[in-house]
Amino acid sequence: MKLTLSWLQDHLDTEASLEEIADRLSAIGLEVESIDDPAAKLAPFTVARVIEARPHPNADRLRVCVVEVAPGKPPVEVVCGAPNARTGMIGVFAPLGTHIPGTGITLDKRPVRGAVSNGMLVSERELELSEDHEGIIELDPAHGERIGARYIDVAGLSDPVVDVKLTPNRPDCTGVRGIARDLAAAGLGKLRPEPRLGTVEGAFACPVDIRLEFTPETADACPAFAGRLVKDVKNGPSPAWMQSRLKAAGLRPISALVDITNYVSLDRGRPLHVYDADKLKGAIRARLGRAGERFPALDGREYAVDETMCVIADDSGVLGLGGIIGGESTACTEATTSVFIESAYFDPLRTAATGRKAGVQTDARYRFERGVDPAFIVPGLDLATDLILKLAGGNPSKRRVAGAPPEHRATIAFDLRRIGRLTGLTVKEAESRKVLAALGFEVGGKGPDVKVTPPSWRPDIHGPADLVEEVVRIVGLDKVPSTPIPRVQGVTRSVLTEAQRRGRRARRVLAGRGLVEAMTWSFIPRPQSEQFGGGAEVLELANPISVEMSSMRPSLLPGLLSAVQRNRNRGFANVALFELGQAYRGDQPEDQIQIAAGVRAGAARLAGFGRHWDAPAEDAGVFDAKSDVFATLAALGFDPTRAQIAREAPSWYHPGRSGVLRLGPKTVLAHFGEIHPATLAALDVAAPAAAFEIFLDALPPEKRKSRARPAMVAPDLLPVRRDFAFVLDETVPAGDVVRAATGADKVLIADVTVFDVFAGKSLGPGRKSVAIEVTLQPRERTLTDPEIEAVSAKVIAEVKRITGGEVRG
Amino acid sequence: MVSFPDLEKLRSELLSRIEAARDLVALEQVRIAALGKKGSISEQMARLGTLPPEQRRELGQATNAVKAAVSDALEARKAALEAAALDERLATERADISLPVRLGPASEGRIHPVSQVFDEVIEIFADMGFSVAEGPDIETDDLNFTKLNIPEEHPARQEHDTFYLRDGGPGDGSNRPRMLLRTHTSPVQIRTMLTQPPPIRIIAPGRVYRCDSDQTHTPMFHQIEGLIIDESTHLGHLKWCLEEFCKAFFEVEEVKMRFRASHFPFTEPSMEVDIDAAAIGKPGQWLEILGSGMVHPNVIRNCGLDPEKYQGFAFGMGLDRITMLKYGIPDLRDMFAADLRWMKHYGFLAVDVPTLAGGLSS
Repeated sequence: MKLTLSWLQDHLDTEASLEEIADRLSAIGLEVESIDDPAAKLAPFTVARVIEARPHPNADRLRVCVVEVAPGKPPVEVVCGAPNARTGMIGVFAPLGTHIPGTGITLDKRPVRGAVSNGMLVSERELELSEDHEGIIELDPAHGERIGARYIDVAGLSDPVVDVKLTPNRPDCTGVRGIARDLAAAGLGKLRPEPRLGTVEGAFACPVDIRLEFTPETADACPAFAGRLVKDVKNGPSPAWMQSRLKAAGLRPISALVDITNYVSLDRGRPLHVYDADKLKGAIRARLGRAGERFPALDGREYAVDETMCVIADDSGVLGLGGIIGGESTACTEATTSVFIESAYFDPLRTAATGRKAGVQTDARYRFERGVDPAFIVPGLDLATDLILKLAGGNPSKRRVAGAPPEHRATIAFDLRRIGRLTGLTVKEAESRKVLAALGFEVGGKGPDVKVTPPSWRPDIHGPADLVEEVVRIVGLDKVPSTPIPRVQGVTRSVLTEAQRRGRRARRVLAGRGLVEAMTWSFIPRPQSEQFGGGAEVLELANPISVEMSSMRPSLLPGLLSAVQRNRNRGFANVALFELGQAYRGDQPEDQIQIAAGVRAGAARLAGFGRHWDAPAEDAGVFDAKSDVFATLAALGFDPTRAQIAREAPSWYHPGRSGVLRLGPKTVLAHFGEIHPATLAALDVAAPAAAFEIFLDALPPEKRKSRARPAMVAPDLLPVRRDFAFVLDETVPAGDVVRAATGADKVLIADVTVFDVFAGKSLGPGRKSVAIEVTLQPRERTLTDPEIEAVSAKVIAEVKRITGGEVRG
Repeated sequence: MVSFPDLEKLRSELLSRIEAARDLVALEQVRIAALGKKGSISEQMARLGTLPPEQRRELGQATNAVKAAVSDALEARKAALEAAALDERLATERADISLPVRLGPASEGRIHPVSQVFDEVIEIFADMGFSVAEGPDIETDDLNFTKLNIPEEHPARQEHDTFYLRDGGPGDGSNRPRMLLRTHTSPVQIRTMLTQPPPIRIIAPGRVYRCDSDQTHTPMFHQIEGLIIDESTHLGHLKWCLEEFCKAFFEVEEVKMRFRASHFPFTEPSMEVDIDAAAIGKPGQWLEILGSGMVHPNVIRNCGLDPEKYQGFAFGMGLDRITMLKYGIPDLRDMFAADLRWMKHYGFLAVDVPTLAGGLSS
């Protein structure tokens, strides 16, 4: 909502400066987005007279103008190329040193084709006033009286424009008067009385009949419609003051009749429409649309209407969308001599729905969908009539009113003490009453329990909390005393849930392992979704901003892998990224799962990235990913060796170099492995990559009951270590050997590690050797050789029983 | 024969041989020649037995003295030779200490600045008794709008630029409401009030979505919601809470703040909050950081609570925005670009765990 200072002053009698007004507006909820003061950039331009325009000695199309720039001062010579530069004209002069906003040039003394120019006569485009560059500005000869005066003062351009960002609850402030009322209530001046209108009620009945053709159920679409005909008008351009205000507000002046409707809309938040009455056929009707009806609108588009839309029609059919946009067929033109003025009430919800469906936003819709003042239908009509009579002449009819405006006002029982209870601000009773009254509220009753009736222009006021806001915003939020909130506990307690703690910890474990945390989009291209097990219809956005961001991600890996490649394209060959975030298996809350996922691409390993004199640069592989998973789970208090490892990772992993960590048959804790080459190719990732996905929600809850650690067991006796090498079928997992050996003697065997794996000709085809080190921990006394031999025999037997492996000689 | 002069000669001869031994092998030969089974001193000792007792005692003492002197000299020489050998070996073991080293994974990895600020904000609000609530990204219209007092066709809904999910289609067979991506974290207020009796103090950080994209808007960003519901919390408490938060978060003694009346459908009264950019070292301009207000009675009622009894405040702020302000990050879009250069520059180490006692950012 843009308004000018002088326009505001039409309604507000104030001494306040522009800055004070802007600060106060922002403080009371009418946020000032910007202030445009044209005086700042146009101040140097002055009114000047061309005493003589004579041909340029060296150029046919140029003239040398002798210009009077101030009374009594010697004239200056200016070179000018404008076709309309001529002796006697009144123009706008820029002295040397002036910055020309339209061209960005600062004038300096420079000969033009041999003749010196001591300034410039400017066009509207050079002042950024319009696109007009046909010639220099030509002022009314009457301004010859004001040679040397500032052009902005003469042209009425000195008026600063304030742009207020309105919140949707304030339809009353879609008119300048509403803003003035708020400022007056806030102590920044007095609201001026309503202007006195001339005689607007005519002698003859309005010849245009108005009909509201609704069923009782749909009557609220347009419950009231007032109109008046004015005949014998002469439609031409509106006066300069109105045009400059409309322009300041961002509107294009069209003609007096149309400009008046726009002016009243901006001045009072009261949209109107004018019809060329000679083009109307029969009665004017407000009704719902019918399927198949269409009409050409004032914006040059044709709209199809339906049964939910409120339309204005005559015998010829639909003329316009009620409260939104009028039609071309009955538009007022320069030739219009008889005008019918519409001032109606349209239902906010239906107007909003219609506008959204038709895809059209207008100043009228903006106001009606917020709720215009139902009590201002007739006053608005009269105000418009008065302006038409003043600016276009004519002879008014009596007004005609169909229906009755809706009554929104309900009296609210209000305990004034609630202001203090809700805000902590103590406001004296009298002051509360004064503020409410200044805003147009009626306050009845004595004592703190009062009855408040909001004004007709405030459809946003429903209950006591709204009244508290009115008082506190006007009295001043800065006066609300800061009040400490009571502490719940003396010392702060931990507030995070187990899941939140785990997420936090996982993030720092992974960052500590050299991975860099990324945050990638929750939505990804659909083909990627499908490739990673997603792509369900209910997880597709109906209105994505692009096909690249259309599908709620089933996995974090597509986003990470794409990020890997973007970084590779910037010259980073070895990239380790992780993300901790949500993925979606369906559209219900329980379908959203928390995943810690990571990718190591190229030689991005725990020990370091890329080549280094100390170690070879090997690409990260399945075991790097497995290590990330195991380390994270261990840090989250879960012993990863408790879980089973299975070769059943999803299709985006390399089938032979990946795995799944399961707890029981159903619970999948993690995937890890190298990414399938076909998946890499589909995502345009040009490096091998290892990845993991840890499903944090799947982790069993922690069982710890006490913070105390269990008693430490640290035997004094030295452990004994024995090595074994087994030859077995190459398909037997080494993990089975470890498990078999570990189970051979649950008391003595403390640890089993694999220290060598190899396959070679010496073993024969399809065979491999797995070498393990078994640690025996004596508990009570040193083990004797026969005891050690006995345990060794058990290890060999158990490994053979479970894996078929034979001990190597 | 054994005589004192012979012993003296033996001693000086052995000591000079010990002194002359150039390495441990030579020294060992001297030792064997002197103290070995057939060594010169051992032979002297053996001869002592053949002497008369008088002579045996005197010469025995003298022989032992020679043996002790030789042994000591052997030990000393051995230690000297070992030290020399070690020095010689070490002299060959020279590393090029100018070679660069790797700092290890803990120096390579980074925490995203928004995650870090998540933790900072939680740290501050936890101290004020807030716990952390969560809600899903995919929400119903009811929880994202209707229960928050934003009815259908309300102009406020249009300002939200909502992403909708597709209907299940005719094969879906259900009458499920159309789902959307939450446009703010406020539905978590509703979820909390519906499931937890007052008093309530929560913050709810998370991802939110608007179909909007330009230099200052991304279609996904992060918000943090705050909510207190009890029987007495008022607007003055809200002001204090936000003032304390800003001081703690920006880690400055004083933050100048401006509270402006505003409108949100789910709060009444509502206010927007600006901070003086002096807090981030750029005095002279106001920065809008959040919207807030007293929870609207309709919202309280929609959650099955009595607005005559319960009241409280709510606020919502852009987590990415306060991250950018605090850490001087110029462009919102970089937050989601996963550019390694950016993350290394603006990210945090795993060990940078924010605490109130140790400082949020140090």
